[in-house]
Amino acid sequence: MNATLLIFSQNLRLQLRQGSDLIAPIAFFVIATMLAPLGIGPEPNLLSRLAPGMIWIAALLSTQLALDRLFQRDYEDGSLDLLALAPVPLELVMLAKTAAHWVTTGLPVLLAAPVLGLMMGLDRHSYGALELSLLLGTPILSVIGAFGAAVTLGARRGGALLAVLVLPLYVPVLIFATSAVGAAGEGLSPWPHLLLLSSMLAAALALAPFAAAAALRNALE
Amino acid sequence: MTEGSHLFSGAGLFCRRSERLVFAELDFSVATGGALLLIGPNGSGKSSLLRLMAGLIKPYAGRLEWDGLPVRDDPAAHRERLAYLGHQDALKPVLTTIENVRQWVGLLGRADRAEAALAAMELAHLTDLPARFLSSGQRRRMALARVVASGAALWLLDEPTVGLDTVSIAALERALAAHRASGGMVVAATHQGIVLPDARQLDLAAFAVSDLPESSEPA
Repeated sequence: MNATLLIFSQNLRLQLRQGSDLIAPIAFFVIATMLAPLGIGPEPNLLSRLAPGMIWIAALLSTQLALDRLFQRDYEDGSLDLLALAPVPLELVMLAKTAAHWVTTGLPVLLAAPVLGLMMGLDRHSYGALELSLLLGTPILSVIGAFGAAVTLGARRGGALLAVLVLPLYVPVLIFATSAVGAAGEGLSPWPHLLLLSSMLAAALALAPFAAAAALRNALE
Repeated sequence: MTEGSHLFSGAGLFCRRSERLVFAELDFSVATGGALLLIGPNGSGKSSLLRLMAGLIKPYAGRLEWDGLPVRDDPAAHRERLAYLGHQDALKPVLTTIENVRQWVGLLGRADRAEAALAAMELAHLTDLPARFLSSGQRRRMALARVVASGAALWLLDEPTVGLDTVSIAALERALAAHRASGGMVVAATHQGIVLPDARQLDLAAFAVSDLPESSEPA
């Protein structure tokens, strides 16, 4: 367990030292959301209706941005061999690396979202649901994404392949997350959607590390 | 280091990479304090054999044993007793030299040994330098320091001398001698001259297979 925490903190330290890894996804998230009012026009009612979807799509694409580097560098510099030989099951290594990915991509999105909601004229009753949906939803994106990154490891043009593989798997998250935010905006309870999101998170957390570790072992062969 | 005497051996090993049989019916053994030098032309399977010994790839057929017990029965115990040096140095450019070593040996609970190991590989003056400034020979020495600090009984070294100057090779030879004197074992693949007293040589060319026969299974 200690070694798992160590791998988590080492990954976090690596990503913090490589400042661009940290800034690129969040900058993408903010800019992509800001493009919406410019493209659609400054009509407040329309923007506020589109806000949950726009924010969530931008969040989804920004987490996707850092995924292909999740294992690629370790694969190329030989670190993955050493991780496979470390006294930690590869499944826990996956979980640790995924957690580090979420802290550097999901968490900043969570923090920036209310500001963007304000800009998009998001209904004031929706902020709680938006934050909760991001809190439950972005870890799912990281976990599924880590699985996709492991599967496409070693493939040429892995980045494009990764997007094709992973984005369809993100669809249920997008649907229930935006429904939760939308429901809150219309004065309905967001909880049915949020509960479904939490069950998806539980399932993804339990299953994806095993699938990702199996894919990594295959890549090392 | 390990107490008593141990034996790491393989019998009838076959290695297959995609559709090609790299080597066949290979036997080897290394005992406590021993060294095995893998030689052979490029592509004869030296790296594959080392990866196979480390458990990173599985033998197509054959047995890999530690003290007569199959390694496959307890892969975690096998991982704990080996240190592997591959082609690459697993170097993180943004970390300092000592952080690079510590991040691996820290997983084994031996972070405190990093400094002495770097000194043994004559990198003591560069411990706090970001690793991106290291030359390729220094990078190799840093990777070797990780192996030295691991405290593992079995060292699997793939071309450990690449990029090393004569002084560094001498330092490596000293580290290898000290490791063997304290009951460790070494398996190294190399083209360049490295002095390993009483090392057994294993020429992989002797186990080469020209073509994989159609629809035939190894015994």
